[in-house]
Amino acid sequence: MRPAPFEYHDPRHVSEAVDLLSSLENARPLAGGQSLMPMMNFRYGQFDHLVDLNRIDDLSFIDVDGSSIRIGAMTRQVEMQEDTRLAESVPVALEALSHVGHIATRNRGTIGGSLSHLDPAAELLAVSALLDGVVHLQGKEGKRSVPIEDYVVGYMTPAAEEGELLTSVDWNPWQGDHGWSFREFARRHGDFALAGAAVLMALDEAGSIARAAVTVFGVGPAPVRLKTAETSMVGEIPTRQLFELAGEEAASLEAMQDAVVSGSYRRHLARVLTVRALEEASVRAKDEKK
Amino acid sequence: MSLRDVSINVNGTDYQASVEPRLSLVELLRKKLSLTGTHVGCEHGVCGACTVMVDGRSVRSCLMLAVQADGAEVVTVEGLSEEQGPLGPLQAAFRRCHGLQCGFCTPGMLMTLTDFLTRNPEPTRDEVRIALTANACRCTGYKGIVDAAMEAAAEIRRAS
Repeated sequence: MRPAPFEYHDPRHVSEAVDLLSSLENARPLAGGQSLMPMMNFRYGQFDHLVDLNRIDDLSFIDVDGSSIRIGAMTRQVEMQEDTRLAESVPVALEALSHVGHIATRNRGTIGGSLSHLDPAAELLAVSALLDGVVHLQGKEGKRSVPIEDYVVGYMTPAAEEGELLTSVDWNPWQGDHGWSFREFARRHGDFALAGAAVLMALDEAGSIARAAVTVFGVGPAPVRLKTAETSMVGEIPTRQLFELAGEEAASLEAMQDAVVSGSYRRHLARVLTVRALEEASVRAKDEKK
Repeated sequence: MSLRDVSINVNGTDYQASVEPRLSLVELLRKKLSLTGTHVGCEHGVCGACTVMVDGRSVRSCLMLAVQADGAEVVTVEGLSEEQGPLGPLQAAFRRCHGLQCGFCTPGMLMTLTDFLTRNPEPTRDEVRIALTANACRCTGYKGIVDAAMEAAAEIRRAS
């Protein structure tokens, strides 16, 4: 089993890669290869040109600057796991990364590859949605920035135009004391999650919810922020009953089904994981306040 | 398709090869360099049998192109002990603990655990089991493999 023949290009600069991708017919960028290479081995994907991004040093970086984080597309998942600044400012992302595949796949897999492939269960996509991520794209026509919610247009479908390359993503970590949680269910650690939920929560001095973000992923074709719950929880005292209302919203989402996992099971998991994640985040938020 | 020249160091020895770009690293190792210790199972990154170390980190060699390893230092299972020499501590623990039966998955198991134990020299059994979700074994039921990993970890700690 091997890929169909292709011409191989390994540019050293982003501009070269963009030129190649926008001028060649049926060309595909290759990042960590942990999703694209299996597809090519199975010949689900057959390309005339492969533009390997692995030798473009400029795409591999993690910039942490007080209130914002920028991560280069070719930054590997293991490099994110080993970055103490990320552990400090976005612990939810570190927890998420521990569920991404296995040691050997995290050694190659990149954040840009994950955000281009857009598997609905992708943990880094869920975290990017939770942290109001903004994706930076570069094409022949120039550069543009797209918020994650506009960037994911459907099942495994990014808003990138033909020949446009994802170069980096911005995360907006919360400032000040807050709690967080990342929960997912997979049959085996490292497998694609059947469903998951990620939460950030801040409390005010009175112990009421000042701000909340809830992302449910792996359920529908793309991760979803529970906007109704996020808004209605503000000003409320965190209780199990309140969280169960958010669980209702999660359980009403459009859910994928396949031969093994029914839509109703995914919705059940979405409800349970959302409530558990909210409870864990609220406990952590209270601990932060002490 | 035009051929590309690849220079690669495997287990301390330099090799040169001319390869088609679509050739995977595991095929380069097995077919061009005749290093058949690395096994190839599923060929789509699920079973872990083809795991090798590239520049100090474990990778699935069925998901990496040989041309991508140009200039890299690779360690395969053949590099875990001297030729005709005694087994390395992890290999010896596998033998002691019955960490293998048919042996097909063993090269990948050994390379995954080599990477894992470097990062986590004092693991719990649960942590070993999570690391081993990367590799499929159809014979042992994993208990012997986990035992071997725990014994090897203790032995490596004592020796260092």
